Amino acid sequence: MNTGDEMTTTTRAQDPIEASIDPSPATLPPRIVPVGPGRTADDARTGSPDVAGVAAMPKVAAEAVSITYGTKLAVRDVSLEVPERSILALIGPSGSGKSTFLRCFNRMNDLIPGARVTGQVRLDGIGLMDPDVSVVELRRRVGMVFQRPNPFPMSIYDNVAYGPRRRGASDRAQLDELVERSLTRAALWTEVKDDLRRKSGLALSGGQQQRLCIARVLATEPEVILMDEPASALDPISTLRVEELMRELRELYTIIIVTHNMQQAARVSDRTAFFNMGEDRAGYLVELDDTRTLFTNPKNQLTEDYVSGRFG
Amino acid sequence: MSAPSQARGALRGTSGRTIVADRAATVVLWALGGFVLLLLGAIILHFVIASIGVVSPSFIFGDPSDTELGGVGPLLWNSVYMLVLAMLIAVPLGILAGIYMSEYAGDNRVTDTIRFAEEAISSVPSIVVGLFGLIAFVNLTHWGFTALGGALALTLFNLPLMARLSEQALRAVPADERSASLALGATKWQTIRHVVLPLAIPGIVTGIILTAGRVFGEAAALLFTAGLSTPTGYNFGNLNIFDPKSPWSPFRPATTLSVYIWKTNSEGLSQFAAQIGDGASALLLGSVLIFNLGARFLGRILTRRLTAA
Repeated sequence: MNTGDEMTTTTRAQDPIEASIDPSPATLPPRIVPVGPGRTADDARTGSPDVAGVAAMPKVAAEAVSITYGTKLAVRDVSLEVPERSILALIGPSGSGKSTFLRCFNRMNDLIPGARVTGQVRLDGIGLMDPDVSVVELRRRVGMVFQRPNPFPMSIYDNVAYGPRRRGASDRAQLDELVERSLTRAALWTEVKDDLRRKSGLALSGGQQQRLCIARVLATEPEVILMDEPASALDPISTLRVEELMRELRELYTIIIVTHNMQQAARVSDRTAFFNMGEDRAGYLVELDDTRTLFTNPKNQLTEDYVSGRFG
Repeated sequence: MSAPSQARGALRGTSGRTIVADRAATVVLWALGGFVLLLLGAIILHFVIASIGVVSPSFIFGDPSDTELGGVGPLLWNSVYMLVLAMLIAVPLGILAGIYMSEYAGDNRVTDTIRFAEEAISSVPSIVVGLFGLIAFVNLTHWGFTALGGALALTLFNLPLMARLSEQALRAVPADERSASLALGATKWQTIRHVVLPLAIPGIVTGIILTAGRVFGEAAALLFTAGLSTPTGYNFGNLNIFDPKSPWSPFRPATTLSVYIWKTNSEGLSQFAAQIGDGASALLLGSVLIFNLGARFLGRILTRRLTAA
């Protein structure tokens, strides 16, 4: 019954993802933003061409992505890029395909029978739709936080150690260190450090559970974190804590967040993409811009109507 | 009459009826629940009282006798032995089949047919299963009446039952938990092993208990397979499993306690038939109780161990 593991190991050796340079975000020094004439910190974050005029490679990119469920087109022809260490918010009305689109980046759509994705999705330039990509390896590098907090019914420690253990980590001291670091980064350590092994993840409050889920993702040391309405099931105070956390995580990770909450998008994201549902009931990308621009000076009338609360 | 007061009147009427229905439902359900408990209590009480003076160490461990009350030792042993043998076959295979049906096979016409077949086979009358067992495991194999033949006959309806109940237990594990595991880069098997199975264990234990109950209680399927006789004077030091005199041998006739109750009461040869029936029934009830509690206890430990590592 070990075939699953063995397959992973073999594919990993020739995995194009693995072949690329893999800077562990956890060990990278804080990013130094060169500020020069005609260049601001914001430019660097949003991936504008640098001084020499060479475009920085986007961390994540979607190229003409369409998604169908059986015969129903759910997302039509979306292309966008996400620069490294920035937060992209996907906003739009229900049914505009935001969550479905988000699931392309870690190929979670593979799990839905009848779902088909066309186009290409790239991580560091590597095509994620290519047949030789290991989804197991991909999901370790692209983590996901779900709408409803879904900790496993195990101790807090075992929840956080889950990903590393599946990858073969067993050294007690290293795991201890990783669990503490992940929980600290998810702003949960001080609240749980005394019952790490005794308390079940399910015994935490909703907001704590969601931070535990974030810690669980951080422990797999991803580079990209996908968040599917991570605060929609939380109370306002927990929501604020999770938003604070996102802003801190942005220093180390590339984040894509789906949210129904426009204030949230405005508060946490660098750039915002507005999705809408077309007349054929398929979601499509209307407009993508710097968050401030999109909310204050949108180019498209639909965006204007949506952000000003006239529909949606 | 003005419109608002009419509305109020209607409102009062509706809620009145609703309250009556609500109370009636509560009373009826409590009464039914109480009736079932009462019935169960009466059965247990009857056999506890009836077995006083019958169940003694010599009854539990002694050999059967035609001239005096005797004991049911070998038959009780056979019941336990048959249970272990039948469960050794049905539980691992049933769980693996359940995992396959729930996690790998998907939903299509073939798997629908398999599910229907599982349910149909597990409800075939056990006397029919016994006759099939006589052909397959007694005559065709030339084993004669054996414990193994009996266990295999029991497997005919226990395995599909176990597979179906395991599948249901596994399917009941929330999709959220699976997604969380897969999204963390766990493989499908790792997800099954570390998340799905541990969460399904309470349901699987229920399956084991229901299956075990049928082994303890089954008589018809064993009459023609495990036989109506048993070696007595067991020597538990005899570990040669091919010696028909050894209590460890699967290749020996093995009347179980349930079959023995049926036999003594239908043949009417023993003047102690009634007492033997009462005592043996009390022993069976006790064994089932011990098994069920033990299974729940082990299930809880297993869940803890599976989720911890």
